Order: sequence, then structure tokens, then C-alpha cells
Amino acid sequence: MNRSIKKYWPLFVLPTLTAFAIGFIWPFVWGIFLSFCKFTTVKKIKIVGLANYTKIFSDSSFVDALKFTSVFSIVSTILINVLAFTVALLLIRGIKGTNIFRTVFFMPNLIGGIVLGYIWQILLNGLLSKWELPLLALNEKYGFIGLLVLMSWQQIGYMMIIYIAGLQNVSSDIIEAAKIDGAGSFQTLFKVQIPMVMPSITICTFLTLTNSFKLFDQNLSLTGGEPAKKTQMLALNIYETYYSRSGAQWKGIGQAKAVVFFLLVVVISLIQLKITRSREVQA
Amino acid sequence: MNKKSSKKGINMILTIIFSVIAVIYLYPIFMIISNSLKIESAISTKSALSLPTLDSFAGFSNYIYGIQKMNFLSSFFYSLYITVSSVVLIILCCSMCAWYISRVDSLLSKILYYLCVFSMVVPFQMVMFTLAKTADTLKLNTPYNICIIYLGFGAGLAVFMFTGFMKSMPMEIEEAAMIDGCSPIQMFFRVVAPITKPTMISTAILETMWVWNDYLLPTLVLDIKKYRTIPMDIQYFRGSYGSVQMGPMMACIVITIIPVIVLYLFAQKYIIEGVIAGAVKG
Repeated sequence: MNRSIKKYWPLFVLPTLTAFAIGFIWPFVWGIFLSFCKFTTVKKIKIVGLANYTKIFSDSSFVDALKFTSVFSIVSTILINVLAFTVALLLIRGIKGTNIFRTVFFMPNLIGGIVLGYIWQILLNGLLSKWELPLLALNEKYGFIGLLVLMSWQQIGYMMIIYIAGLQNVSSDIIEAAKIDGAGSFQTLFKVQIPMVMPSITICTFLTLTNSFKLFDQNLSLTGGEPAKKTQMLALNIYETYYSRSGAQWKGIGQAKAVVFFLLVVVISLIQLKITRSREVQA
Repeated sequence: MNKKSSKKGINMILTIIFSVIAVIYLYPIFMIISNSLKIESAISTKSALSLPTLDSFAGFSNYIYGIQKMNFLSSFFYSLYITVSSVVLIILCCSMCAWYISRVDSLLSKILYYLCVFSMVVPFQMVMFTLAKTADTLKLNTPYNICIIYLGFGAGLAVFMFTGFMKSMPMEIEEAAMIDGCSPIQMFFRVVAPITKPTMISTAILETMWVWNDYLLPTLVLDIKKYRTIPMDIQYFRGSYGSVQMGPMMACIVITIIPVIVLYLFAQKYIIEGVIAGAVKG
């Protein structure tokens, strides 16, 4: 059987493989090559070795963006997961209206990042001006909080769905057994339920962490990096380096930044997976 | 008995608390609808939170203006066309590819599978410049064939999800079909595809959510003067501050989110199952 399918590989594999080569493999390899070059158009390319990489860290906007992104990712990951887990835990009690609440909390996920950013910009600026505080674009602290509120609003519902599915998979026998052995509800939560849903926690922290770290649309539309690039995150910083700065060297530096960004995402994902996977238990 | 009634009391309080939160949760959407019904002079930062009054009520004039002047219908059409063509292509090609990967044990299968998993971690900024240039060179820069780019960049997730499911499918059914004289093509469309339907729906939902809302890829690949998708449209008009009229802008935002919300209310079961399936595979 194996062999007869194998003969048909041009039909089964070739379309995807071709598109994958055009849409991912070639741009990726070429991107790595260009990070070692100075170029403005793709026709005038000069290899400069590691020069682009050494210039990245003398560009203070990149270092600032890295700091902002790291702090934001950690805070938002913790906030979103704690809130989503709490909501999930309360909603599996079977209270009245559970289905409606689930529907409402998940809904913001379907709205795109650009649109979400503008809705929240109008709303938050309305609130801030009512309280006579500086607007989003003028104060980096409110920009940070605004992004945090926006991301929580968008992502809590998604993570809640995953946690509900995980919690419902914990068989009631185990919880019953724990209760008979004299565990209180807090002990049941921390010693039984949380260890049992560790796979859900792994995937949710992975998703929130990478989503926050790679955030672009919401950042662009909510604050646009204002004031003075203080709320600019890494993805937006790379985009600006590429497309908004004049000067022959910037495209190469932008590409080098993108490579560093990519490596950071890989390292963070691997560390995060390793930490949470090691805590997963078998029932 | 006492314990039971106290549990009931707690549940009642929880329902009330969650109802309040749900109302707050819906408020941003309500606010944008209320603003889209105001006349232009009544829209300002400060009054964003207040309802339209008798004097400032504009009826649907913002909607009519937005649709006519901003060419919103063409953006809507492009978004719809790109999303449907890309998702159909992704589901068809990637399920076929994934079946090959899960049934043929060769070096090609292994390399392709690991490349797909790898591609899911790579941030878009890493390839944005070179991808846009490649698309230009190959003339893949119109709404009618950008789906090939989406197939390439979206293949990772789809192949990963399909392979996960197909590896757990029993081989016996296919072996039986084979003995009955099925060719691999017939086997795929008559036997494998129907069994894979739930995964196809889940994957289609995840990919639709991505393509419909995607901003950066079409911005870099398409010619913004000729073709704009909905997210591009909103960023384009909002980016040029001052000259833009806020009322029609917000009317366009409302037209953008209403169909999505209506679709969600009907297909909620599938969407939520899709999200859970995606998480389990990950």
C-alpha cells in the first residue's frame, strides 16, 4: 500500500511543497542570508558579515523594545492565565447562564487585531479624558496598561475554553477520592486539579507567551509605539526599521533584528515548554 | 440540606457577578455602535462614552457614506475572496499532503513534517521582506492568487493538525478499500476525506480566523492603491488622521464585526471545538 501511494507523490505532496517553498522555505533562507548584507533593493547587495548584528545593540530603540516586550509578555501571560483559569473553574460549577457567559467571553477573539486596537483606543481615550488624565499616545504607562487590558479582553475567552475542556476531563472519581481522603477544596485544587490539567496550562502559557511576544497588529493600532517609541514592541520596531527609516544600512539591520527576534522566540518557547512539560503528570 | 442551599446561594451570587462582567465585556462593541450613529460634529474623544442624543443622532447616514465613499464593499469582497480561496486551498492540499506523510515512511515525509512544525514558531517579521519580494517576482501579488502565499505560510499548522489525526486512524479501513481495488486517489476522496471531516472543519476555522483578520501579509504583498482587504482599509483610513471622518469609520468597523459575530453565534459549537482540537494537537 505504501508503495502505491508513493507513486502518486506529485499529486499529493507537490502542490503543498511548492507553495511551502515559495511561502516559507525560500524567504526564510534568503532572509538569513540578507541579514549579513547591506541592501536597499534586492539587486544591490553587499555582503558585510556581522556588521548588522553589532549595530543592533547600539540602536537603543531595539533594546528598549526588547525590555518593553519582555515585561509585557511576562505580565500578560500571568494575568491572562490566572484570570482564564479562575473563570473556567467557576464556570464548570454549572451555574445558571454558563453557556451565555462562555459565548460572550470568547467573542472578542473573532475580531481582528487592527479593529480591536481602534475600538479600545477610542474607549480608553474617552475614559482617560473623562478622568482628566493624559491620553494613550502621551503617556507610556497608560499605553502599557491599555495593551494589557486589550490583550486580556481578547485572549481570556480563548484560554478559558481550553481550561474548561481540560478541567472537564479530570474524572470526578479522582476528585471524589481526594474529598474522601479529607482534602479541602483548596487542597483538591492545588494537589489534584491543577496537576491534572498541566497539559492545558502548558499549551495556554505557550500560546499567550508567544502571542504577546510576537504582538504586532494591536500594538500598531492602539498606541503605534507612541509616545516617542516608548510603547513600541519588537515586531513593530523591526517593521519600522525596515520600512520607515531612510538610510542604506537600515534594511540589513532590520533583517538582522528579525533573525535575533526569531531566535529569541525559539529559545523562549523551548524553555517554557521544558518547564511546564516537566510538571505534567499521568493519571 | 443546609450545605446544599448555601451552594445554591454561592451559585446565585456567581451568576450575578458574571452577568455584570459579561455586560462590561460587551460594552466596547456597544460603544462603537453608539458612536457610529452620531453626527460628525458630536464625535470627540471626550464624548465617546455618551449615547447619541436627539440632536446628535445621525441615523444610518454614516453607514451609507462609509459604504459609498470608502469603497468598503470592494474591500469586503477582496477579504471574502482571499479568505475563502485560501482556506479551501489549504484544506485540500494540506490534507492530501498530510495523508502522504502519515502513510509513507520516507525521508521526504520526515523532513516535510519537521519543517512544518518548525514553520509554526517562526515569526512573520523574519520572512516579511523576502516573502513580499518573492511574491512580486512570481506575480503572486493580486487578491486572486495570493492564496498560494497563504497556502505556503499556513501549511505548517494545517499539515501538523491533519497528520496528528491521520496517524491515529486505523489502517484496516484503507487496506480493505485497497483490496477492493481502490486507487490512492479514489481512496483519499472516498475513504480518508470523509473520516477526516471533523479535523477539516476545525482546521478551516482556525485558518479562517487567521486569514480574515490578517493585516501585515496582505499589506506587504498587495498593491495598497489597487486592492485593500478590510483590516488594510481600516488602518489606511485611520492612519491618515484629520482628513478622515470618524463617523463613517466607526460605521465601517461595525459592518466589519457584525457578520463575524452573527457567524459565530450560528457556528459556535464548531468554532469552540476547533479551538479545543487545535490546543490538544499543540
